[in-house]
Amino acid sequence: MLISKPRPAAPMRADPAAEGDVLLSVRGLSTQFGHGPAALRAANDVSFTLRRGRTLCIVGESGSGKSMTARSILQIVPHPGRIVAGEMLYYPQDAAPVDLARLPPHGKRIRAIRGREIAMVFQEPMTSLSPIHRIGWQIAEGLVAHGMADRRTAMARAIDLLRQVEIPNPAEAAGRFPFEFSGGMRQRAMIAMALACGPRILIADEPTTALDVTTQAEILRLIRKLQEEEGLGVLFITHDMGVVAQIADDVLVMYRGEVVEYAEVQQLFANPQHSYTQRLLEASRKLGMAAPPARPAITPGPPMLRVRDVTLTYPAQRSFFARPKPPTHAVRGVSFDLFEGENLGIVGESGSGKTTLGNCLIRVLQPSAGQVQYTMRDGQVVDVDGMHRKALRPVHREMRMVFQDPFASLNPRMTVEQVVGEPILMHGLLAGAALRQRVRELLASVGLPEDAGPRYPHAFSGGQRQRIVIARALALDPRLIIADEATSALDVTLRGQILDLLLALQPKLGLSFILISHDLGVIRYFCNRVVVMYRGEIVEVGDTDKICDHPTQPYTQALLRAVPEADPARRALLAQP
Amino acid sequence: MGRFIARRLAGMVPFIFLVSITVFVLIKLPPGDFVSNYAASLAASGETVDDSMLAEMRHRYGLDQSWPVQYWHWISGVAQGDFGYSFKWQQPVSSLIGERMGLTLVLSFATLLFTWAIAFPIGVYSAVRRYTWGDYFVTLLGFLGLAIPGFLLALALMYAGITWFHQDVGGLFSPPYVDTPWTLARVGDLAAHLWVPMIILGTSGAASLIRIMRANLIDQLHQPYVETARAKGLSETTLLLRYPIRVALNPFVSTLGWVLPHLVSGSVIISIVLNLPTAGPLLLQALLSQDQYLAGAFLLLLCSLTVLGTLVSDILLALLDPRIRFQ
Amino acid sequence: MSDITAGATLPQTSRYATASEARLMWLRFRRHRLAFAALIVTILIYLVALLVEPLAPFNPDKSNGRYVYHPPQRLHLIDHTANGIRIHPYVFGEHLARDPVTLAAHYVPDPSQHVALGFFVRGDPYRLWNLFPGNIHFFGPVNPRDTVFLLGADRLGRDMLSRIIAGARVSLSIGLVGVGCSLILGIFFGGLSGYLGGRVDWFIQRVIEFILSLPTIPVWLALAAALPKDWSPVATYFTITLIISLVGWTELARVVRGRFLALRSETFVTAAWLDGCGQGRIIFRHMLPSLASHIIASVTLAIPMMILAETSLSFLGLGLQPPAISWGALLSEAQNVTSIATAPWLLLPGVAVAITVLALNFLGDGLRDAADPHAH
Repeated sequence: MLISKPRPAAPMRADPAAEGDVLLSVRGLSTQFGHGPAALRAANDVSFTLRRGRTLCIVGESGSGKSMTARSILQIVPHPGRIVAGEMLYYPQDAAPVDLARLPPHGKRIRAIRGREIAMVFQEPMTSLSPIHRIGWQIAEGLVAHGMADRRTAMARAIDLLRQVEIPNPAEAAGRFPFEFSGGMRQRAMIAMALACGPRILIADEPTTALDVTTQAEILRLIRKLQEEEGLGVLFITHDMGVVAQIADDVLVMYRGEVVEYAEVQQLFANPQHSYTQRLLEASRKLGMAAPPARPAITPGPPMLRVRDVTLTYPAQRSFFARPKPPTHAVRGVSFDLFEGENLGIVGESGSGKTTLGNCLIRVLQPSAGQVQYTMRDGQVVDVDGMHRKALRPVHREMRMVFQDPFASLNPRMTVEQVVGEPILMHGLLAGAALRQRVRELLASVGLPEDAGPRYPHAFSGGQRQRIVIARALALDPRLIIADEATSALDVTLRGQILDLLLALQPKLGLSFILISHDLGVIRYFCNRVVVMYRGEIVEVGDTDKICDHPTQPYTQALLRAVPEADPARRALLAQP
Repeated sequence: MGRFIARRLAGMVPFIFLVSITVFVLIKLPPGDFVSNYAASLAASGETVDDSMLAEMRHRYGLDQSWPVQYWHWISGVAQGDFGYSFKWQQPVSSLIGERMGLTLVLSFATLLFTWAIAFPIGVYSAVRRYTWGDYFVTLLGFLGLAIPGFLLALALMYAGITWFHQDVGGLFSPPYVDTPWTLARVGDLAAHLWVPMIILGTSGAASLIRIMRANLIDQLHQPYVETARAKGLSETTLLLRYPIRVALNPFVSTLGWVLPHLVSGSVIISIVLNLPTAGPLLLQALLSQDQYLAGAFLLLLCSLTVLGTLVSDILLALLDPRIRFQ
Repeated sequence: MSDITAGATLPQTSRYATASEARLMWLRFRRHRLAFAALIVTILIYLVALLVEPLAPFNPDKSNGRYVYHPPQRLHLIDHTANGIRIHPYVFGEHLARDPVTLAAHYVPDPSQHVALGFFVRGDPYRLWNLFPGNIHFFGPVNPRDTVFLLGADRLGRDMLSRIIAGARVSLSIGLVGVGCSLILGIFFGGLSGYLGGRVDWFIQRVIEFILSLPTIPVWLALAAALPKDWSPVATYFTITLIISLVGWTELARVVRGRFLALRSETFVTAAWLDGCGQGRIIFRHMLPSLASHIIASVTLAIPMMILAETSLSFLGLGLQPPAISWGALLSEAQNVTSIATAPWLLLPGVAVAITVLALNFLGDGLRDAADPHAH
């Protein structure tokens, strides 16, 4: 990809009064890893201005340098990274501006700013909180460290803060440990921690990426509420153009360490200047809720898969040493049909049992009750759930799976040729030169270069690996492919590509798909019908259009409302539900 | 917490029972018994051996009974605090092993503390100053400590003691204190002698603990919660002490479970070389002469000691780590 | 649908891309300089163990009353002869003198006499591996009737250097054989435990925990004490090896089980099952290659433990007994204060032990890092 060199100018601001609102002004910031010619520029010549009460979003895909830019501001770039050029002027309340880039990273002056003036919220709320310290203390610690309160007052303030971030029963919650909290609660606690010392700038590094969409909406609303209350300047790092459209005032687009575009949000979405921004927007809109779907026109065939009352219960655990655990229902009483030639989506948040259900359908997991009936190509109906494990081979020839993690689903010790050839070899279909020829055709059909065969998986990127996995799934001429979050590990521009690849193959090979995803946009783009799951049970089943446009169940409505739309003109997400 | 400890203690009972069976099988494993061994040594010194006398001895010691019966007699005695009778020394076992087990315990725990006191700061230093000359030096020293068997170190120190200090570094007491009752002066004398076996015994343990601490801490140093704490504005030292070191302490403490067996084990062989009045030398003699109850008592107590170590480490770990407490 | 092909060509050079996992491991290992040096040292030490007979300058069992506790002699290289300086290895000749007061014997070097040393010299006859007769020694006195004690002599006047070289064979092979036994037991039980899971796993795990919590040396002592004294050296050798590996297998079994469990839940193993692979194929084609590197590293780290165990047992007189030669058995000569004071060079086999263990530890450490680059 070519990046045109003339750098974008900052958004114009005619109002001179706004100058007094500047909190942070970054000019020509460069951060690099290592020394000499082998050095890697994580951020190159980055400039932006953050103002009071405004939200600046830095957006980019993995490896764009957005996180390193954020860490540079607080001088917490991990070793061996360091700031090599530029200035970062911070404007304190009643003092002269400080150039953060000049402060030594372990010095007193930058420490006095960290947490107190500029606070940060990180991506993984589980690992970003200490596992062995109580929540209350972790929040209070900053106050004590900055000499703003003694321990007792700080603890009282921590409880106040927990209340402020809407954690129920804050006094009790302060005495708990992070592992006793859910992901959303932990992220609230992180935000409380960041706000403890009353900072003027909040840097949020992908704070909602690890969370479900409904939780994401709550956290975004919370940040907005606090921003309005405290007049915070927020620097929000994300890869999601939908989130950007919903919360940003200004947007900085980064690609491979460079700023490719810097504009006000309306202007950026309405009139993107740079080709990369255009591609990013196009990819996000394509999978957005307003875009035309690409799903196949279906001529409803006979039902291919009948799922009746499938339940998977993990039995209660009794142990001499640990407390007994009650039985858990991962999937409970799920029934639906899949018709030949259609794409069925299964959507749900984490813990909804959608992946477990997918594994039950293909018998990676054994359902504890219920029936999965599959009609084979020759018309024979088989009970997938009741067959002997060894008898499943012919079923697995027609029913294949694509997994979520393209890195984990390929054996690192086998070449691509061996990986893709393995199912053909195992079913005794082809061998020798014929096998190699077939593998080459398969690789070509998923758009991989000809010389991919003898290479090992480590030589491929995530998107390419997912293509290899798809080639393996296609190797046996299947009728049904179950794709479990097949696109969620990929960047947004690659997601659309993979979905389009599957759609292009579908009519040629006569395939049906079950697509499991947490992403309603992906489901809407790809699937004819959708099954909505919540806590192991089906909430709603129906045509995708009907469900997306006129959901009847409150959960589905909430789920749809929480999807951030990539359109700043339609900001529904931050409105109180 | 009380329930946790009670559960663990209850879990120890079947374990000790299994240990006792294993120990009994071990001491019964050699062909023959104490009497046949005794007869062989009599014959070797040219004395005539009277078969009826041997049979009488066997009967008196209960060696003519079947294994399960002998085991039952032994274990029911042990349960009441009676460890049986030493054939060789013609004394109750408990009077022979009392002080020796006590000293073994003192030596093992002193070494344990010494090992931790050394390994903890060095491990932290070497993790925080990773890939510096100091780290390389410590790593090399650690590998050397692992490579040199304890008894060789003991021999080398003995040699050094003789050639340079003209002094025997063996033993735990100076000659005037060897057989006297316990006084403060005797305790002082013990403390003055203890450090040599302590260093010898502690070296390999300290070396592996340094490596463990270093690896644990390096894992923790780059965890996101350290970054969070840094972003809060804590100083590097506070941050280091409060978070990564504190978290890295947990796996370190859990090593107690195997460090103690290791020390008890090592103390046996070093005691033999340095001629310490601990369990080692007497155990070896008892094993060689098939003095079964004496050997059995030592083995049983040494094994129990290691079980105790595991228990203590589990309790400490539960105190340190809420995740284990709440399981 | 313009986005269907992956577009860009593959970025990496094809040499790296087509490098197998084993080759990548080797490349990572090569970068670890210390471990690489340790590999070379280890190979050299094992070569010594293999070629004991021609490498030892003398027959290690040849005793000579004249040279009891002969101290090590200094090796000289520069020889000032009448014709100028000549560089060749030699030691001074010497004669026996008696202290006029104590009448103790000691050796006085005589700089006027030179005992010339050379490579590939004729000396004591031997049978290599008990098969091939020969009398060429890699290094030794040029005149077969001369003696030289570079590392001193023991209480029977036997050459320590030759004995240490001879001891390498037993000590090192016990390490290998012991690890072999441990490996068989460890892979069998660890694999069983990891693959079957459930009750079998529970039972095997409890047994392993039980064995691990026993203090090893007392247990070894008890087991070794049970060996009949009249067994042949070969029988003792194998029994001692077995005793040592009885404890050693547990550690390996834990590694194998842990990796097996981790691998079993890997997506690519599930994928292999869905591809139609049977259990055997899943284990041998898909899981074992990933296990192999870890097993190799663990095994390398287990060998030094075995060597130390044998040395300790033999040192106490419970393992191999003289006339068998192992480093531990050699060290047992240095058990009391007086012998160390008279002949400190009796401790030299310990140096051989330390070097070997050090090299193997470095090697194992490097292999482990190379096998699992993402561990840290």
